[in-house]
Amino acid sequence: MSAGGISIRDLNIRWGGESVLRGLNLDIVPNELLSIIGPSNSGKTTFLRSLNRLNDLDPGISKTGRILLDGRDIDREIGIEELRKRIGMIFALPIPLPISVYDNVTYGPRLAGVRGKDTLDRIVEDSLKAAFLWDEVKDRLKSSGQKLSGGQQQRLCIARTLALEPDVILFDEPCSGLDPISTAKVEDSMLELRKRHTIVLVTNNTKQAARVGTRTAFFLMGEMVEVGQTGLIFTSPADKRTEDYIVGRFG
Amino acid sequence: MKNEAAKEKIGFGALLVATLVIVVPVILIVGLIIARGFGALSWEFLFTMPRDGMKAGGIFPAIVGTFILVVTSIAFALPIGVMAAVYLHEYARENLLTRIINLAIINLAGVSSVVFGLFGFSLFVIFLKFGVSITAGALTLGIMTLPVIITTTREALRAVPQSYREVSFSLGASRWQTVRHAVLPFATPGILTGAILSVGRVAGETAPILFTVAAFYLPRLPHSLGDQVMALPYHLYITTTQIPNVPEGYRYGTALVLVGLVLIVNVAAVILRSKMRHRK
Repeated sequence: MSAGGISIRDLNIRWGGESVLRGLNLDIVPNELLSIIGPSNSGKTTFLRSLNRLNDLDPGISKTGRILLDGRDIDREIGIEELRKRIGMIFALPIPLPISVYDNVTYGPRLAGVRGKDTLDRIVEDSLKAAFLWDEVKDRLKSSGQKLSGGQQQRLCIARTLALEPDVILFDEPCSGLDPISTAKVEDSMLELRKRHTIVLVTNNTKQAARVGTRTAFFLMGEMVEVGQTGLIFTSPADKRTEDYIVGRFG
Repeated sequence: MKNEAAKEKIGFGALLVATLVIVVPVILIVGLIIARGFGALSWEFLFTMPRDGMKAGGIFPAIVGTFILVVTSIAFALPIGVMAAVYLHEYARENLLTRIINLAIINLAGVSSVVFGLFGFSLFVIFLKFGVSITAGALTLGIMTLPVIITTTREALRAVPQSYREVSFSLGASRWQTVRHAVLPFATPGILTGAILSVGRVAGETAPILFTVAAFYLPRLPHSLGDQVMALPYHLYITTTQIPNVPEGYRYGTALVLVGLVLIVNVAAVILRSKMRHRK
Protein backbone atom coordinates (compact mmCIF):
# COMPACT_ATOMS: atom_id res chain seq x y z
CA MET A 1 0.00 0.00 0.00
CA SER A 2 1.45 3.34 -0.85
CA ALA A 3 1.25 5.85 1.97
CA GLY A 4 0.80 9.58 1.97
CA GLY A 5 -2.85 10.18 1.14
CA ILE A 6 -4.49 13.15 2.81
CA SER A 7 -8.20 13.82 3.14
CA ILE A 8 -9.43 17.25 4.18
CA ARG A 9 -13.01 17.46 5.40
CA ASP A 10 -14.87 20.74 6.01
CA LEU A 11 -11.73 22.60 7.04
CA ASN A 12 -12.29 26.11 8.35
CA ILE A 13 -9.45 28.19 9.75
CA ARG A 14 -9.77 31.46 11.59
CA TRP A 15 -6.98 33.77 12.59
CA GLY A 16 -7.66 36.38 15.24
CA GLY A 17 -11.41 36.11 14.61
CA GLU A 18 -11.00 36.51 10.85
CA SER A 19 -11.81 33.67 8.48
CA VAL A 20 -8.78 32.68 6.38
CA LEU A 21 -10.01 29.38 4.98
CA ARG A 22 -13.60 28.26 4.47
CA GLY A 23 -15.31 24.93 3.78
CA LEU A 24 -12.35 23.15 2.27
CA ASN A 25 -12.86 19.57 1.09
CA LEU A 26 -9.98 18.00 -0.78
CA ASP A 27 -8.41 14.59 -1.28
CA ILE A 28 -4.71 14.41 -1.98
CA VAL A 29 -3.79 10.99 -3.30
CA PRO A 30 -0.49 9.19 -2.71
CA ASN A 31 2.35 10.09 -5.06
CA GLU A 32 0.70 13.01 -6.74
CA LEU A 33 2.14 16.50 -6.93
CA LEU A 34 -0.61 18.92 -6.11
CA SER A 35 0.19 22.55 -6.87
CA ILE A 36 -1.77 25.24 -5.11
CA ILE A 37 -1.89 28.57 -6.87
CA GLY A 38 -3.68 31.79 -6.08
CA PRO A 39 -2.99 35.41 -5.18
CA SER A 40 -1.58 36.52 -1.82
CA ASN A 41 -3.87 36.20 1.20
CA SER A 42 -5.86 33.41 -0.37
CA GLY A 43 -5.06 31.00 2.47
CA LYS A 44 -2.57 28.79 0.60
CA THR A 45 0.21 28.87 3.17
CA THR A 46 -2.21 28.67 6.09
CA PHE A 47 -3.65 25.55 4.49
CA LEU A 48 -0.21 24.04 4.02
CA ARG A 49 0.81 24.75 7.61
CA SER A 50 -2.39 23.13 8.88
CA LEU A 51 -1.33 19.82 7.30
CA ASN A 52 1.69 19.41 9.60
CA ARG A 53 0.04 21.36 12.44
CA LEU A 54 2.61 24.12 12.35
CA ASN A 55 -0.28 26.52 12.81
CA ASP A 56 -0.58 25.15 16.35
CA LEU A 57 2.42 27.32 17.27
CA ASP A 58 0.27 30.42 16.82
CA PRO A 59 -2.31 30.63 19.62
CA GLY A 60 -4.36 33.07 17.50
CA ILE A 61 -5.26 30.38 14.97
CA SER A 62 -8.25 28.13 15.44
CA LYS A 63 -9.65 25.48 13.14
CA THR A 64 -12.65 23.23 12.69
CA GLY A 65 -13.02 20.20 10.46
CA ARG A 66 -10.87 17.13 10.07
CA ILE A 67 -7.65 16.26 8.30
CA LEU A 68 -6.86 12.57 7.81
CA LEU A 69 -3.46 11.15 6.91
CA ASP A 70 -3.98 7.68 5.47
CA GLY A 71 -7.29 7.51 7.27
CA ARG A 72 -6.04 8.67 10.68
CA ASP A 73 -7.09 11.99 12.19
CA ILE A 74 -3.94 14.14 12.54
CA ASP A 75 -5.27 15.89 15.65
CA ARG A 76 -6.40 12.84 17.56
CA GLU A 77 -4.94 9.64 16.19
CA ILE A 78 -1.35 10.62 15.37
CA GLY A 79 1.22 12.12 17.74
CA ILE A 80 2.34 15.56 16.61
CA GLU A 81 6.01 14.56 16.38
CA GLU A 82 5.18 11.46 14.34
CA LEU A 83 2.94 13.55 12.09
CA ARG A 84 5.75 15.99 11.36
CA LYS A 85 8.17 13.19 10.61
CA ARG A 86 5.75 11.76 8.06
CA ILE A 87 4.86 15.17 6.59
CA GLY A 88 8.02 17.15 5.91
CA MET A 89 8.11 20.85 5.03
CA ILE A 90 10.27 23.10 2.92
CA PHE A 91 9.92 26.79 3.74
CA ALA A 92 9.87 29.80 1.44
CA LEU A 93 13.31 30.95 2.51
CA PRO A 94 15.99 28.33 2.94
CA ILE A 95 16.74 28.07 6.64
CA PRO A 96 19.79 25.94 7.32
CA LEU A 97 20.56 25.95 11.03
CA PRO A 98 23.97 27.51 11.77
CA ILE A 99 25.55 24.09 12.09
CA SER A 100 27.43 21.91 9.60
CA VAL A 101 25.88 20.47 6.44
CA TYR A 102 26.19 17.02 8.00
CA ASP A 103 24.50 18.06 11.24
CA ASN A 104 21.72 19.81 9.34
CA VAL A 105 20.86 16.65 7.43
CA THR A 106 21.03 14.42 10.49
CA TYR A 107 19.09 16.83 12.72
CA GLY A 108 15.75 15.03 12.39
CA PRO A 109 17.08 11.45 12.57
CA ARG A 110 19.35 12.24 15.53
CA LEU A 111 16.49 13.71 17.55
CA ALA A 112 14.37 10.72 16.57
CA GLY A 113 16.97 8.54 18.22
CA VAL A 114 18.95 7.27 15.20
CA ARG A 115 22.52 6.49 16.33
CA GLY A 116 25.63 5.04 14.77
CA LYS A 117 28.06 6.80 12.49
CA ASP A 118 27.61 4.37 9.59
CA THR A 119 23.83 4.74 9.63
CA LEU A 120 24.00 8.52 9.82
CA ASP A 121 26.69 8.66 7.10
CA ARG A 122 24.45 6.67 4.80
CA ILE A 123 21.42 8.86 5.57
CA VAL A 124 23.48 11.96 4.74
CA GLU A 125 24.73 10.56 1.44
CA ASP A 126 21.34 9.20 0.35
CA SER A 127 19.46 12.36 1.28
CA LEU A 128 21.95 14.72 -0.35
CA LYS A 129 21.96 12.61 -3.50
CA ALA A 130 18.18 12.63 -3.65
CA ALA A 131 18.26 16.42 -3.33
CA PHE A 132 20.88 16.71 -6.12
CA LEU A 133 23.36 18.30 -3.76
CA TRP A 134 25.81 15.49 -2.95
CA ASP A 135 28.36 16.23 -5.68
CA GLU A 136 28.53 19.90 -4.73
CA VAL A 137 29.01 19.45 -0.98
CA LYS A 138 30.49 15.99 -0.42
CA ASP A 139 33.91 17.53 0.31
CA ARG A 140 32.64 20.05 2.81
CA LEU A 141 30.11 18.23 4.92
CA LYS A 142 31.72 19.72 8.02
CA SER A 143 31.41 23.34 6.94
CA SER A 144 28.44 25.46 7.94
CA GLY A 145 25.17 24.98 6.08
CA GLN A 146 24.80 28.74 6.01
CA LYS A 147 27.95 29.11 3.89
CA LEU A 148 26.27 27.47 0.89
CA SER A 149 24.66 29.51 -1.89
CA GLY A 150 20.92 30.23 -1.73
CA GLY A 151 19.97 27.45 -4.14
CA GLN A 152 22.26 24.98 -2.40
CA GLN A 153 20.77 25.96 0.95
CA GLN A 154 17.28 25.19 -0.29
CA ARG A 155 18.38 21.80 -1.59
CA LEU A 156 20.09 21.21 1.78
CA CYS A 157 16.72 21.87 3.42
CA ILE A 158 15.14 19.35 1.04
CA ALA A 159 17.81 16.80 1.95
CA ARG A 160 17.24 17.52 5.65
CA THR A 161 13.54 16.77 5.21
CA LEU A 162 14.23 13.64 3.13
CA ALA A 163 16.47 12.28 5.88
CA LEU A 164 13.33 11.43 7.82
CA GLU A 165 11.89 9.53 4.83
CA PRO A 166 8.54 11.34 4.94
CA ASP A 167 5.51 10.16 3.01
CA VAL A 168 4.42 13.70 2.22
CA ILE A 169 6.51 16.80 1.53
CA LEU A 170 5.03 20.28 1.72
CA PHE A 171 6.72 23.01 -0.31
CA ASP A 172 5.83 26.57 0.67
CA GLU A 173 6.88 28.75 -2.28
CA PRO A 174 10.30 27.09 -2.20
CA CYS A 175 11.74 29.11 -5.07
CA SER A 176 10.52 32.57 -4.19
CA GLY A 177 14.03 33.72 -3.26
CA LEU A 178 15.97 31.82 -5.91
CA ASP A 179 17.38 32.66 -9.33
CA PRO A 180 16.12 30.76 -12.42
CA ILE A 181 18.98 28.25 -12.47
CA SER A 182 18.57 27.36 -8.80
CA THR A 183 14.82 27.22 -9.36
CA ALA A 184 15.30 24.71 -12.17
CA LYS A 185 17.43 22.52 -9.89
CA VAL A 186 14.84 22.59 -7.13
CA GLU A 187 12.13 21.74 -9.67
CA ASP A 188 14.22 18.84 -10.97
CA SER A 189 14.42 17.41 -7.49
CA MET A 190 10.67 17.87 -7.04
CA LEU A 191 9.98 15.92 -10.23
CA GLU A 192 12.26 13.16 -8.97
CA LEU A 193 10.68 13.15 -5.50
CA ARG A 194 7.23 12.90 -7.07
CA LYS A 195 7.98 9.27 -7.83
CA ARG A 196 8.13 8.22 -4.19
CA HIS A 197 6.44 10.98 -2.18
CA THR A 198 3.20 12.86 -2.12
CA ILE A 199 3.98 16.51 -2.70
CA VAL A 200 1.92 19.60 -2.01
CA LEU A 201 3.43 22.71 -3.57
CA VAL A 202 2.25 26.21 -2.81
CA THR A 203 3.53 28.61 -5.42
CA ASN A 204 2.98 32.12 -6.65
CA ASN A 205 4.50 31.11 -9.94
CA THR A 206 1.74 29.68 -12.13
CA LYS A 207 4.28 28.52 -14.71
CA GLN A 208 5.98 26.46 -12.05
CA ALA A 209 2.66 24.80 -11.22
CA ALA A 210 2.19 24.03 -14.91
CA ARG A 211 5.70 22.56 -15.14
CA VAL A 212 5.73 20.21 -12.17
CA GLY A 213 2.16 19.61 -10.95
CA THR A 214 0.05 16.54 -11.73
CA ARG A 215 -2.98 18.36 -10.35
CA THR A 216 -3.49 22.02 -9.60
CA ALA A 217 -5.83 23.73 -7.16
CA PHE A 218 -6.78 27.40 -7.36
CA PHE A 219 -7.38 29.24 -4.08
CA LEU A 220 -8.99 32.66 -3.85
CA MET A 221 -9.87 34.66 -0.73
CA GLY A 222 -9.91 31.62 1.56
CA GLU A 223 -11.84 29.31 -0.74
CA MET A 224 -10.79 26.65 -3.20
CA VAL A 225 -12.31 27.71 -6.49
CA GLU A 226 -11.44 24.54 -8.37
CA VAL A 227 -9.05 21.64 -8.55
CA GLY A 228 -8.22 19.39 -11.49
CA GLN A 229 -5.59 17.88 -13.75
CA THR A 230 -2.89 20.49 -14.34
CA GLY A 231 -3.31 20.25 -18.12
CA LEU A 232 -7.03 20.92 -17.85
CA ILE A 233 -6.76 23.78 -15.39
CA PHE A 234 -4.35 25.62 -17.63
CA THR A 235 -6.14 24.95 -20.93
CA SER A 236 -9.84 24.93 -20.08
CA PRO A 237 -10.55 25.98 -16.50
CA ALA A 238 -14.13 25.49 -15.36
CA ASP A 239 -14.32 28.76 -13.48
CA LYS A 240 -13.96 32.23 -14.99
CA ARG A 241 -11.92 33.43 -11.98
CA THR A 242 -9.34 30.69 -12.51
CA GLU A 243 -8.93 31.72 -16.11
CA ASP A 244 -8.59 35.37 -15.14
CA TYR A 245 -5.87 34.54 -12.64
CA ILE A 246 -3.94 32.28 -15.00
CA VAL A 247 -3.89 34.73 -17.86
CA GLY A 248 -2.88 37.43 -15.41
CA ARG A 249 -5.91 39.66 -15.19
CA PHE A 250 -5.50 39.91 -11.42
CA GLY A 251 -3.30 38.68 -8.60
CA MET B 1 18.74 75.24 3.60
CA LYS B 2 21.43 77.02 5.58
CA ASN B 3 19.16 76.94 8.59
CA GLU B 4 18.76 73.17 8.26
CA ALA B 5 22.51 72.63 8.14
CA ALA B 6 23.01 74.79 11.23
CA LYS B 7 20.31 72.87 13.07
CA GLU B 8 22.00 69.62 12.18
CA LYS B 9 25.33 70.87 13.48
CA ILE B 10 23.79 71.94 16.77
CA GLY B 11 21.99 68.59 17.03
CA PHE B 12 25.12 66.54 16.47
CA GLY B 13 27.01 68.82 18.81
CA ALA B 14 24.51 68.13 21.57
CA LEU B 15 24.82 64.37 20.98
CA LEU B 16 28.61 64.61 21.09
CA VAL B 17 28.51 66.53 24.38
CA ALA B 18 26.17 63.92 25.85
CA THR B 19 28.57 61.17 24.81
CA LEU B 20 31.53 63.00 26.35
CA VAL B 21 29.61 63.45 29.59
CA ILE B 22 29.44 59.67 29.79
CA VAL B 23 32.99 58.93 28.74
CA VAL B 24 34.90 61.58 30.67
CA PRO B 25 33.90 60.46 34.19
CA VAL B 26 34.80 56.85 33.34
CA ILE B 27 38.24 57.91 32.17
CA LEU B 28 38.69 60.11 35.23
CA ILE B 29 37.66 57.36 37.64
CA VAL B 30 39.84 54.72 36.08
CA GLY B 31 42.70 57.19 35.71
CA LEU B 32 42.45 58.28 39.34
CA ILE B 33 42.36 54.71 40.63
CA ILE B 34 45.33 53.69 38.54
CA ALA B 35 47.34 56.81 39.36
CA ARG B 36 46.84 56.49 43.11
CA GLY B 37 46.59 52.75 43.47
CA PHE B 38 49.15 51.34 41.06
CA GLY B 39 52.06 52.15 43.36
CA ALA B 40 50.56 50.01 46.11
CA LEU B 41 50.43 46.90 43.99
CA SER B 42 53.03 44.36 44.92
CA TRP B 43 53.40 40.66 45.50
CA GLU B 44 52.94 41.28 49.19
CA PHE B 45 49.81 43.40 48.67
CA LEU B 46 48.10 40.80 46.54
CA PHE B 47 49.06 37.60 48.31
CA THR B 48 49.50 38.23 52.04
CA MET B 49 47.24 38.88 55.01
CA PRO B 50 46.61 42.40 56.35
CA ARG B 51 48.85 43.57 59.21
CA ASP B 52 48.92 46.41 61.78
CA GLY B 53 45.12 46.77 62.03
CA MET B 54 44.76 46.67 58.24
CA LYS B 55 47.02 49.66 57.75
CA ALA B 56 49.64 47.51 56.06
CA GLY B 57 50.21 44.11 54.59
CA GLY B 58 48.06 42.62 51.87
CA ILE B 59 44.43 42.11 50.94
CA PHE B 60 44.65 38.46 49.99
CA PRO B 61 41.64 37.27 52.06
CA ALA B 62 39.42 39.98 50.54
CA ILE B 63 40.43 38.98 47.01
CA VAL B 64 39.74 35.34 47.73
CA GLY B 65 36.47 36.23 49.47
CA THR B 66 35.16 38.27 46.56
CA PHE B 67 36.22 35.56 44.13
CA ILE B 68 34.38 32.90 46.14
CA LEU B 69 31.25 35.07 46.40
CA VAL B 70 31.21 35.69 42.65
CA VAL B 71 31.62 32.00 41.80
CA THR B 72 29.07 30.70 44.32
CA SER B 73 26.39 33.30 43.63
CA ILE B 74 26.66 32.92 39.84
CA ALA B 75 26.65 29.14 40.21
CA PHE B 76 23.35 29.53 42.02
CA ALA B 77 21.76 32.30 39.97
CA LEU B 78 22.80 31.40 36.41
CA PRO B 79 21.03 28.02 36.14
CA ILE B 80 17.90 29.28 37.87
CA GLY B 81 17.79 32.50 35.87
CA VAL B 82 18.35 30.74 32.55
CA MET B 83 15.73 28.11 33.32
CA ALA B 84 13.21 30.77 34.33
CA ALA B 85 13.87 32.74 31.16
CA VAL B 86 13.55 29.61 28.99
CA TYR B 87 10.26 28.81 30.66
CA LEU B 88 8.92 32.33 30.25
CA HIS B 89 10.03 32.74 26.64
CA GLU B 90 9.75 29.24 25.17
CA TYR B 91 6.99 27.54 27.13
CA ALA B 92 4.63 29.92 28.90
CA ARG B 93 1.80 31.45 26.93
CA GLU B 94 1.17 35.10 27.53
CA ASN B 95 -1.45 35.37 30.27
CA LEU B 96 -2.11 37.18 33.52
CA LEU B 97 0.32 35.01 35.48
CA THR B 98 3.27 35.56 33.13
CA ARG B 99 2.50 39.26 33.04
CA ILE B 100 2.62 39.40 36.84
CA ILE B 101 5.89 37.43 36.83
CA ASN B 102 7.39 39.83 34.29
CA LEU B 103 6.31 42.79 36.37
CA ALA B 104 7.87 41.17 39.43
CA ILE B 105 11.18 40.69 37.60
CA ILE B 106 11.26 44.32 36.54
CA ASN B 107 10.52 45.43 40.09
CA LEU B 108 13.11 43.07 41.52
CA ALA B 109 15.68 44.81 39.33
CA GLY B 110 14.69 48.14 40.81
CA VAL B 111 14.95 47.16 44.49
CA SER B 112 17.90 48.88 46.14
CA SER B 113 20.73 46.60 47.17
CA VAL B 114 20.57 47.40 50.87
CA VAL B 115 17.02 46.04 50.91
CA PHE B 116 18.35 42.81 49.42
CA GLY B 117 20.90 42.76 52.23
CA LEU B 118 18.21 43.13 54.86
CA PHE B 119 16.07 40.49 53.14
CA GLY B 120 18.97 38.06 52.97
CA PHE B 121 19.79 38.71 56.60
CA SER B 122 16.28 37.96 57.84
CA LEU B 123 15.63 34.99 55.51
CA PHE B 124 18.95 33.19 55.17
CA VAL B 125 20.88 34.27 58.26
CA ILE B 126 18.09 34.30 60.86
CA PHE B 127 15.11 32.30 59.61
CA LEU B 128 16.92 29.52 57.76
CA LYS B 129 19.73 29.64 60.35
CA PHE B 130 22.56 29.72 57.80
CA GLY B 131 24.26 32.29 60.01
CA VAL B 132 26.52 34.98 58.61
CA SER B 133 28.14 32.78 55.98
CA ILE B 134 29.18 32.39 52.36
CA THR B 135 25.93 30.48 51.74
CA ALA B 136 23.77 33.34 53.00
CA GLY B 137 25.80 35.96 51.13
CA ALA B 138 25.92 34.05 47.87
CA LEU B 139 22.17 33.40 47.93
CA THR B 140 21.48 37.08 48.64
CA LEU B 141 23.78 38.23 45.84
CA GLY B 142 22.31 35.57 43.56
CA ILE B 143 18.75 36.73 44.10
CA MET B 144 19.84 40.31 43.53
CA THR B 145 21.38 39.40 40.18
CA LEU B 146 18.55 37.14 38.96
CA PRO B 147 16.66 39.90 37.13
CA VAL B 148 19.78 40.78 35.13
CA ILE B 149 20.31 37.17 34.14
CA ILE B 150 16.64 36.56 33.30
CA THR B 151 16.34 39.73 31.24
CA THR B 152 19.52 39.21 29.22
CA THR B 153 18.77 35.52 28.70
CA ARG B 154 15.33 36.40 27.42
CA GLU B 155 16.82 38.94 25.03
CA ALA B 156 19.25 36.27 23.81
CA LEU B 157 16.38 33.83 23.24
CA ARG B 158 14.41 36.50 21.44
CA ALA B 159 17.35 37.07 19.10
CA VAL B 160 17.22 33.46 17.87
CA PRO B 161 15.10 33.57 14.69
CA GLN B 162 11.62 32.11 15.05
CA SER B 163 12.28 30.23 11.82
CA TYR B 164 14.85 28.02 13.60
CA ARG B 165 12.12 26.84 15.91
CA GLU B 166 9.72 26.23 13.01
CA VAL B 167 12.35 24.21 11.16
CA SER B 168 13.03 22.14 14.23
CA PHE B 169 9.34 21.48 14.87
CA SER B 170 8.78 20.65 11.22
CA LEU B 171 11.46 17.96 11.54
CA GLY B 172 9.50 16.24 14.27
CA ALA B 173 11.37 17.67 17.25
CA SER B 174 9.56 18.05 20.55
CA ARG B 175 9.45 21.40 22.29
CA TRP B 176 12.28 20.52 24.64
CA GLN B 177 14.41 19.12 21.78
CA THR B 178 13.81 22.34 19.89
CA VAL B 179 14.88 24.45 22.85
CA ARG B 180 17.87 22.24 23.51
CA HIS B 181 19.14 21.89 19.92
CA ALA B 182 17.73 24.77 17.86
CA VAL B 183 17.54 27.64 20.37
CA LEU B 184 19.91 27.39 23.34
CA PRO B 185 23.12 26.73 21.35
CA PHE B 186 22.56 29.95 19.42
CA ALA B 187 21.54 31.96 22.50
CA THR B 188 24.57 30.95 24.56
CA PRO B 189 26.75 33.97 23.63
CA GLY B 190 23.95 36.30 24.69
CA ILE B 191 23.37 34.37 27.90
CA LEU B 192 27.08 34.69 28.67
CA THR B 193 26.73 38.44 28.32
CA GLY B 194 24.18 38.35 31.10
CA ALA B 195 26.55 36.35 33.25
CA ILE B 196 29.30 38.90 32.61
CA LEU B 197 27.09 41.78 33.69
CA SER B 198 26.19 39.86 36.83
CA VAL B 199 29.82 39.24 37.73
CA GLY B 200 30.51 42.96 37.75
CA ARG B 201 27.48 43.64 39.89
CA VAL B 202 28.11 40.80 42.35
CA ALA B 203 31.80 41.66 42.78
CA GLY B 204 31.10 45.32 43.39
CA GLU B 205 28.12 45.32 45.74
CA THR B 206 28.65 46.13 49.41
CA ALA B 207 25.19 46.38 50.90
CA PRO B 208 23.90 42.84 50.26
CA ILE B 209 26.96 41.26 51.88
CA LEU B 210 27.09 43.71 54.78
CA PHE B 211 24.78 41.69 57.05
CA THR B 212 25.05 38.30 55.40
CA VAL B 213 28.68 37.32 54.91
CA ALA B 214 31.25 40.09 55.11
CA ALA B 215 33.84 39.97 57.87
CA PHE B 216 35.43 43.11 59.23
CA TYR B 217 38.77 41.47 59.79
CA LEU B 218 39.45 37.79 59.22
CA PRO B 219 43.09 37.06 58.52
CA ARG B 220 42.58 33.51 57.28
CA LEU B 221 40.95 31.83 54.36
CA PRO B 222 37.49 30.24 54.67
CA HIS B 223 37.27 26.48 55.18
CA SER B 224 33.63 25.88 54.26
CA LEU B 225 30.51 27.56 52.91
CA GLY B 226 29.51 28.22 56.51
CA ASP B 227 32.43 30.61 57.07
CA GLN B 228 32.48 34.36 56.82
CA VAL B 229 34.82 36.00 54.33
CA MET B 230 36.32 39.40 53.75
CA ALA B 231 35.33 41.01 50.47
CA LEU B 232 36.95 43.78 48.43
CA PRO B 233 34.13 46.36 48.35
CA TYR B 234 33.44 46.01 52.07
CA HIS B 235 37.14 46.08 52.84
CA LEU B 236 37.40 49.28 50.85
CA TYR B 237 34.50 50.74 52.79
CA ILE B 238 35.96 49.97 56.23
CA THR B 239 39.51 51.03 55.41
CA THR B 240 38.12 54.31 54.14
CA THR B 241 35.60 55.12 56.88
CA GLN B 242 36.17 52.93 59.94
CA ILE B 243 39.91 52.89 60.43
CA PRO B 244 41.87 56.12 60.76
CA ASN B 245 45.14 56.75 58.96
CA VAL B 246 45.07 53.95 56.41
CA PRO B 247 47.54 54.96 53.68
CA GLU B 248 45.88 56.27 50.53
CA GLY B 249 47.76 53.83 48.29
CA TYR B 250 46.39 50.93 50.27
CA ARG B 251 42.80 52.04 49.67
CA TYR B 252 43.21 52.90 46.03
CA GLY B 253 45.14 49.68 45.53
CA THR B 254 42.11 47.79 46.85
CA ALA B 255 39.86 49.67 44.43
CA LEU B 256 42.24 48.94 41.56
CA VAL B 257 42.25 45.23 42.37
CA LEU B 258 38.43 45.21 42.48
CA VAL B 259 38.14 46.95 39.12
CA GLY B 260 40.89 44.76 37.67
CA LEU B 261 39.27 41.55 38.88
CA VAL B 262 35.97 42.44 37.23
CA LEU B 263 37.83 43.48 34.09
CA ILE B 264 39.72 40.19 33.90
CA VAL B 265 36.53 38.15 34.28
CA ASN B 266 34.80 40.28 31.63
CA VAL B 267 37.64 39.96 29.14
CA ALA B 268 37.78 36.20 29.69
CA ALA B 269 34.04 35.92 29.10
CA VAL B 270 34.20 38.10 25.99
CA ILE B 271 36.97 35.91 24.56
CA LEU B 272 34.94 32.79 25.35
CA ARG B 273 31.88 34.33 23.73
CA SER B 274 33.63 35.30 20.52
CA LYS B 275 35.20 31.84 20.33
CA MET B 276 31.71 30.33 20.53
CA ARG B 277 30.50 32.65 17.80
CA HIS B 278 33.33 31.66 15.48
CA ARG B 279 32.91 27.96 16.09
CA LYS B 280 29.66 27.69 14.21
